[in-house]
Amino acid sequence: MAEANEKYVLRLADNALILGQQLGEWCGHGPVLEQDIALTNVALDLIGQSRMLYQYAAELCGDGSTEDDLAMKRDVFDFYNVLLVEQPNGDWGNTIVRQFFYDTYNYFLYDFLCNSTDNRIAEIARKSIKEIAYHAQFSAEWVIRLGDGTEESHQRVQASVNDLWNYTGEMFTPDQLDKDMYELGIAPDLQEIGKAWRKKIDEILDIASLKKPDNEFFHTGGKVGEHGETLGFILAELQFMQRAYPEMKW
Amino acid sequence: MSKEEIMNLEERFNRYVAEENKVEPKDWMPEKYRKTLIRQISQHAHSEVVGMLPEANWITRAPSLRRKVALLAKVQDEAGHGLYLYSAAETLGADRQQLIEDLLSGKAKYSSIFNYPTPTWADMGAIGWLVDGAAIANQVMLCRTSYGPYARAMVRICKEESFHQRQGYEIMMALAAGTPTQKKMAQDALNRWWWPSLMMFGPTDDNSPNSAQSMKWRIKRKSNDELRQEFIDKTVPQAEFIGLTIPDPDLKWNDESGHYDFGEINWDEFYNVIKGNGKCNKQRLDARNKAHDEGKWIREAANAYAEKQAKRREQSSSVA
Amino acid sequence: MTSKDNWKIWEVFVRSKNGISHKHVGSLHAPDAEIALKNARDVYTRRSEGISIWVVPSDSITASRPDDKEPLFTPSDDKVYRHPTFYEIPDEIGHM
Repeated sequence: MAEANEKYVLRLADNALILGQQLGEWCGHGPVLEQDIALTNVALDLIGQSRMLYQYAAELCGDGSTEDDLAMKRDVFDFYNVLLVEQPNGDWGNTIVRQFFYDTYNYFLYDFLCNSTDNRIAEIARKSIKEIAYHAQFSAEWVIRLGDGTEESHQRVQASVNDLWNYTGEMFTPDQLDKDMYELGIAPDLQEIGKAWRKKIDEILDIASLKKPDNEFFHTGGKVGEHGETLGFILAELQFMQRAYPEMKW
Repeated sequence: MSKEEIMNLEERFNRYVAEENKVEPKDWMPEKYRKTLIRQISQHAHSEVVGMLPEANWITRAPSLRRKVALLAKVQDEAGHGLYLYSAAETLGADRQQLIEDLLSGKAKYSSIFNYPTPTWADMGAIGWLVDGAAIANQVMLCRTSYGPYARAMVRICKEESFHQRQGYEIMMALAAGTPTQKKMAQDALNRWWWPSLMMFGPTDDNSPNSAQSMKWRIKRKSNDELRQEFIDKTVPQAEFIGLTIPDPDLKWNDESGHYDFGEINWDEFYNVIKGNGKCNKQRLDARNKAHDEGKWIREAANAYAEKQAKRREQSSSVA
Repeated sequence: MTSKDNWKIWEVFVRSKNGISHKHVGSLHAPDAEIALKNARDVYTRRSEGISIWVVPSDSITASRPDDKEPLFTPSDDKVYRHPTFYEIPDEIGHM
């Protein structure tokens, strides 16, 4: 049995939390009641997953930190989420495209993690994989409907695909930590995940009559704490209470 | 049908509901019964949906992840409750899109409690405890309302609501047992939400003209004042238990009546907020309008796709 | 459909567990069957209320109508011979 590096667990947790936090903003503001409820379910799943991961990360820290300490008391440079999940919600279609890119990656990732040599990660992954499979189906179905819907929806969603595309490559670009985790059988070979991801993305974009951008430049840095400007604002809301009223129980 | 026949039917209908029988969608019902129900159910649905906003306001800022998921789940439930209620109204022949347009244009009403702001985290506690508490008192009664689909929606809603009030009270409990700053926050929220919560039950019985007919039709089963008194009797000890003070100097237990006496409600404020002069009337409607307008292309796209798919299926089956 | 952005209504039936038939739980709006199923899952089974869902477009349901002319609320319990209590069996026989 292997034990993951705490930073690696935080990457998984931060991705789930930041995305869940952003989806939470849609609650009460969705395009129709049914879809409001649906997207909130995804948010709940993601935040739930982040909690399990933070609890594990807190144990690995071993300094008495709690899930909330990890979520609410680290600043931007100590957050290790990929840049994709911190991109702004934009319109509902944009949120769906971001979700589609991420959910598809997340599905292949967690599919591997179910058999991770780190038992705790494997256990969390097995709890989460059904939810994630549903997310991936849900966002793909909506990408198809918006891509192959009206002229307006097609154009808007194509624009979102183009805008978000450059943030997808980071998910499949391994750094030293990813490689170490792979060596230990804790995490997958990200390049393999990338191949599976591209195949699925090609298939769905094709059904949706959307074009895959040919730009192959990809932003990186999120995984090691080098973020854009939006994450700070996301954290400002997320951490407001813990910052304004430190050391209190809620 | 002649006038006489209708009169005859109405009489039978009145007797039928008075004997505690349920009315189902396809049954004959007086036009006024149908209209009253559509108005009441849709107002109730609007209240659920607008009621999401003051709380959704705090989802991104909840102080812990545990509180965040609880609040998210709660606000999501409210969307569900709005949906169940619109569905019940639709069984009476109403069209949801039309009902929503009436809300968005300001023509339809919703519970004016949701026009009050939620400036602090303690408001999440106060809303869950007091506003949901007041709503539950009303909803428990409506589980036995005479219109079947409405009653069934209410049973579902009441089942789900049970965690809402506990969620709110638990937040208040934590604050009241916390630091002086937290306790102050809790007391401040109680001060702001107490009176508006009492107003949620509607005008006093002698000022509630539609109540009598609704009671006769078994739509409503308890009067506004009865429900309000029940709520006060239940809530005062809960406040005492966590050491918070109800902001009413006239509040005291009356041994003779077996109820709490309470002070005069400021009805001017109530009617003023209904008229549109609450702190957040405009924000609430603006937010609903924005969501609806910006969601239009999504709803249209999905319909367009469904039509295309149906055509494709037709074509492929005719080829085969 | 009154306007291009109005989704049609679906009736939702949920089987709470195997051995029990699907039961009508309510309705919702959706543009097509797949979304209707997903919406039904999100709206009506948030608390693990079901293991199987049916969705049916409301306008595909043919319902019986209470006859306008007939007395409205007469219960049709005149065929008492369809109920077990109609038949007299000696107590010694036990439960039948």
